[in-house]
Amino acid sequence: MSQRNEQHVISEATRLKMRELAGRYPNPRSALLPMLHLVQAEQDEVTTEGMAACAEELDITSAEVTAVATFYTMYKYSPVGRHHIGVCINTLCGLLGGDAVYERVAERLGASHNGPSTDGNFWLERIECQAACTHAPVMTVDWEFMDDVTPQSAIALIDKLASGEEVWSTRGPMIRDFQATEHTLAMAEDDLATIGNCVDEKMLAGLKIAKSGAQQ
Amino acid sequence: MTITNHTEKVDSVSVVIDGVEMEVPKGTLVIRAAEQIGIEIPRFCDHPLLVPVANCRACLIEIDGVPKPQPACAQVLSEGMNVRTQRSSEMARVAQEGVMEFLLANHPLDCAICDKGGECPLQNQAMSSGHSESRFDGEKRRFPKPINVNAEVLLDRERCVSCARCTRFADEIAGDASLELLERGAQQQVGTANDEPFDSYFSGNVVQICPVGALTSASYRFRSRPFDLVSVPTTCEHCASGCSLRTDHRRGTVTRRLAWDDPEVNEEWSCDKGRFAFAYLTSGRIDSPLIRENGELRSASWPEAMHFAAAGLAAAAGSTAVLVGGRATSEDAYAYSKFSRVVLGSDNIDFRARATSTEEVEFLAAHVAGKQLELTYVDVESASQVVLVGCEPEDESPILFLRLRKGVKKGVRVHTVGPLYSLGSEKLSAHWIQAKAGSEAQVLASLDSEVVNALDGTSIIFVGERAATSPGSLSAVVELGAKTGARIAWVPRRAGERGALEAGALAGLLPGGHPNTDSTARAHVARAWNVEVDALPSGGLTGTELITAIASGTFTAVLTAGIDPGDLPNGNELIAGIESADFVVALENHHSEITQRASVVFPVAVVTEKSGSFMNWEGRSKSFSAAFRDALTLSDAGVLSMLASAMGTQLDGDTRELRKELTALGTWMGPRPQVKRVAANPTAGITLATWRLLIDSGVLQEGEPHLAATARPSVVTISSAMFDQLNQPELITVTGPNGSITLPVHVGEVEGDSVWLAMNSPDSHIYQQLGCGYGESVTVQGGAA
Amino acid sequence: MKLTPVITQHWDDPTLYTLDGYKSHGGYEALTKALKSDPDSIITTIKDSGLRGRGGAGFPTGLKWSFVPQNDGKPHYLVVNADESEPGACKDIPIMMANPHALVEGVIITSFAIRANHAFIYIRGEVPAAIRKVAYAIKQAREAGLLGKNIHGSGFDLEVTVHSGAGAYICGEETALLDSLEGYRGQPRLKPPFPAVAGLYSSPTVINNVETIANIPYIINRGVEWFRQFGTEKSPGFKVFAVSGHVQRPGIYEAPLGITMRELLDYAGGMRPGAELKFWIPGGSSVPMLTADHLDLPLTYEAMAEAGTMLGTGTPMVFDHTVSVVKAVTRWLEFYKHESCGKCTPCREGTYWITGVLEKFEHGHGTENEMETLTTLCGQIAGRSFCALGDAAATPYPAAMKYFSHEFTAATHTSADEQFDPIASYVFSGARA
Repeated sequence: MSQRNEQHVISEATRLKMRELAGRYPNPRSALLPMLHLVQAEQDEVTTEGMAACAEELDITSAEVTAVATFYTMYKYSPVGRHHIGVCINTLCGLLGGDAVYERVAERLGASHNGPSTDGNFWLERIECQAACTHAPVMTVDWEFMDDVTPQSAIALIDKLASGEEVWSTRGPMIRDFQATEHTLAMAEDDLATIGNCVDEKMLAGLKIAKSGAQQ
Repeated sequence: MTITNHTEKVDSVSVVIDGVEMEVPKGTLVIRAAEQIGIEIPRFCDHPLLVPVANCRACLIEIDGVPKPQPACAQVLSEGMNVRTQRSSEMARVAQEGVMEFLLANHPLDCAICDKGGECPLQNQAMSSGHSESRFDGEKRRFPKPINVNAEVLLDRERCVSCARCTRFADEIAGDASLELLERGAQQQVGTANDEPFDSYFSGNVVQICPVGALTSASYRFRSRPFDLVSVPTTCEHCASGCSLRTDHRRGTVTRRLAWDDPEVNEEWSCDKGRFAFAYLTSGRIDSPLIRENGELRSASWPEAMHFAAAGLAAAAGSTAVLVGGRATSEDAYAYSKFSRVVLGSDNIDFRARATSTEEVEFLAAHVAGKQLELTYVDVESASQVVLVGCEPEDESPILFLRLRKGVKKGVRVHTVGPLYSLGSEKLSAHWIQAKAGSEAQVLASLDSEVVNALDGTSIIFVGERAATSPGSLSAVVELGAKTGARIAWVPRRAGERGALEAGALAGLLPGGHPNTDSTARAHVARAWNVEVDALPSGGLTGTELITAIASGTFTAVLTAGIDPGDLPNGNELIAGIESADFVVALENHHSEITQRASVVFPVAVVTEKSGSFMNWEGRSKSFSAAFRDALTLSDAGVLSMLASAMGTQLDGDTRELRKELTALGTWMGPRPQVKRVAANPTAGITLATWRLLIDSGVLQEGEPHLAATARPSVVTISSAMFDQLNQPELITVTGPNGSITLPVHVGEVEGDSVWLAMNSPDSHIYQQLGCGYGESVTVQGGAA
Repeated sequence: MKLTPVITQHWDDPTLYTLDGYKSHGGYEALTKALKSDPDSIITTIKDSGLRGRGGAGFPTGLKWSFVPQNDGKPHYLVVNADESEPGACKDIPIMMANPHALVEGVIITSFAIRANHAFIYIRGEVPAAIRKVAYAIKQAREAGLLGKNIHGSGFDLEVTVHSGAGAYICGEETALLDSLEGYRGQPRLKPPFPAVAGLYSSPTVINNVETIANIPYIINRGVEWFRQFGTEKSPGFKVFAVSGHVQRPGIYEAPLGITMRELLDYAGGMRPGAELKFWIPGGSSVPMLTADHLDLPLTYEAMAEAGTMLGTGTPMVFDHTVSVVKAVTRWLEFYKHESCGKCTPCREGTYWITGVLEKFEHGHGTENEMETLTTLCGQIAGRSFCALGDAAATPYPAAMKYFSHEFTAATHTSADEQFDPIASYVFSGARA
């Protein structure tokens, strides 16, 4: 067995979780997307071995798994590193300043779109609309919201992450790492729901006016 | 103009297409109805045998009252629908042109160097409904070119139009979901998993149905231009499925073979063996008659060889054995049948160059010979249950396998009785009735009542050639059929076997199923052959007994045709017999263990050089003519005719005349011998399960390395229990009376006391290496011997 | 018109996402009510309410439910489309983050009405913040006996599964979502059959948007009359509007359908200082843009259609005078190209081609001819693609040409960035340093 195989072998614990996922659906194949997230949770990327494990668990071909995996952009085929950094460059975020944020972050990380940073600790991606346009420009760290960023705040954030300081999502819990988020996505749950505030001023903008009576 | 389809009124709808009133069966698609009245709507993703997907959008048409154009390939006609195609609708014409422009935008337009050029639907439709100038001046998509999706099929991704015909074929028809669409959007491309090729016995079909030049075959790539080729229809010589194929040739050489559309048999498909294994037609041929002189074979003129052979055979009158391999055409087989009885005065003839049994002879005489088209491919689709006994369709009759898959989708339930739940079984979602190799009869006699009760008059029991090697299984099948009403079909592996049976190339059985034991039948045949009844020999030996008799010197002479001793369990005995026989005449097109020992060798024509017919498992006679009409070679029948003449008897050698004679003989309607019940006799201990894989070391597959590279790897397949018991070794050694085979282990769904090996694959030649066959005792150990 | 917080009414309660918090505001009362009634009567109520799908198409919700064949012996499924990915749409994710129990309660009631025993919430994978909140709400609901076997002694069983997507806008298309949920590439399915007859696992399936489902408890609780007092005859009820862009206070504003953009803009504090509104898009990049001339139109399905656009997701994006329309349109097309699933020719090839041409314009290298080419190419996609993504991709350019063709003409010689200093449109300062 090659060294690569040893590195990429899917653990029994992950296999058990894959089976648990498969059991959630009337048809086990439905668990394929979550299972691929689970592969990333364990391996920091979707490996050939990980796809083979999914194929085996679901009794489908590796080609069928590859067909599905390559369709979705959240799956990566080389190690993401510690943190996934997303900067929304869709029209609204991009034009409201996301373009500048992306440029500065790319420069800081020495990374290009959908690729690793020079040190391999980060992965940078120009992301599409994150459904947070009210909070533009939007950035994500391990897919947790970092709302209303500026180039300066984004760089400060990266610096903190790089030095291992605690960083909190603007609408969510503290940042863990990419693999931890992938685990959340795979299992579609974690124990962080009660941590951090999910509702901010912008989400309350209308409510405040309604309650203040300052209505037309 | 009104075109009426003669279907029940209740099942049809009245529609109008481009002003033509039509009545079509309910459920008819616009594109199919339009074809009926000669309106060709552009299409790429559409294929009549694949489920509509409507993704290429080339076939957009207008329907009155529907604001947007609709895809004709997926639009079902409903009562009163008024359809306008590009011929009468501006909306449809503009929509189609728009799609065509999009399809060509990223297409490399490298028609000049593309294999598809000249027969390319994209090229043709671009000419008929595209613009001559492209407005696209951006950068076209590029991919490193080309990639192998398997050893035989190459993919040029930039030519692909994402119609998904290939991936749909792989998944829907072949059941081999190892060719898929990968990525998405403009980057969407056909491909395979990282390290795994498109693994399919049917991969060549994707080349044929690709509407552009994206998929090409390694063997044909850059070989010729379609307009330089001469195309002739033929019938595949590789198995008893009976596929219609098209042979394309140029300057005396076959350049490729394609599946021909035969809705009753292979529809539009062929297996890779039928498509790609034709190098043998030209390479390594024996090019002149040979006679043995001072122990050495030397070239001889036809008259000299003929004279030599005639003298030798005449000297052996009444004491000649005739072995006709299973690859003869019906006409050639008939010529042997008649030559043996009329010229050689011998009933000692057998066409089964493989493991056989007397039980099988009785079974064939009672239930197969003279019964044609009683069960067909169409019946397979409407059967309630199908039981496979000693029959592995994916390997042994791949087109039957595809039809079974089609049936399974319509609700046919397949049961497979045997020691291995194969890949093919999996793809048929078959119910596995486990039987240790050799114990089929026992298992059939004690089937679950659930299975037995499910069998009815629409059920079919398919028995393959391997049933002959499992004692009692054929009589058990007959009993099961009698008890349940299920009908029985025999599926031989070789293309010529069914026809040879019909031709009477089997001792005890005259043409048309006339029993050589029945005086009426004998009288009928004798009259037709213009011989005295008493002169018609009878009581010949078959199978193992015949080979043993040859080995023991019972016969003075032996006449062989298309025989490879390696195909026989007692091949060594045969070789010894051939060596010791006084006189051996071999009709062959390639050298073999037999020709090396023969007294005289006549080269004979291959399928491209003669006309004839093969009868498939249905009993359907499929004739073909010579691709090369000016070939100088003689068919077997032609050689036999000359030989007969040299021996003083007239025997027609003309295919058409022989066919007429055979037809005129008719089929036997009288009483048939019954199959004597043969007791099950399973071997104790571990037994060998084996059959020939579709792609293997068969001699007709020689010279085609790309095809050979798609073969399944040679392994020893054992159950997980046995694997654990042997301490999970990487290698397994299987030992028989002659020796051992050591190969990598593969853990599969195998009956616990059986071990499976490919019969004739690289490093897995059962008869030669082990010296035993299916159902016989072997020992198994972990590791190398 | 007054803002009417309903779904958003208690978002300022930091415990709202918990079961207790939700219940303290009357949560799950509608469920109790619903479980005592006949499923068909719930369908009738929703039909009568006139609730229209909030995912963009505005299909009548009750009617959709009624298409599910009953007593067909097959399992039925409810699938919640929480794949909010349309550029500009940002209201479902906040609903799930702030008020997940409204969704869960709506799911239970809807499942009960359509006789589904298994519901799925397909949430796009890029928002763990929403996934964990919904999962937590489901966990709490299950622990409280609101999910599982024999809910509240009604004999009704329901399982709810949260499912994470993995990055594909196309999965917002309901049949693509079903394929994705079944573990396949998210490419749309050929219709018929429609999901109501053969959807998830070929069984009858209702697919509803998050906001649509979150409406259900309130309608059941407060009644059809209450609901219909908001909005118009054809667009009854209220809407969670999310206003983004160059406004003073981007955010969530829940108001009756029929409110005008001018009113919403006022609530959002108007344009940022010194800025003029240039164009706005009522509900996602897939619907045609409007200008200041359209600010007084009521935001209803019918009025927007009359103005040649659509209400869409009801999440207006507002752009001021600093924005290059050429750049905005190019960016949207880059998005559609990126998200085209590849299944059909017009969308796959069309988005690739159009984007390339638009990029030339963005760099000031377009030609007059190519303006015409772009128009015809969009025409070759619209109405001919397999699904609505193609139609959406063919929307921005013609819509922009209606009002801003001069910017494309200018882009035949002057780049977008030269026409409009990109830094001017940033919402922060100091980018130049």
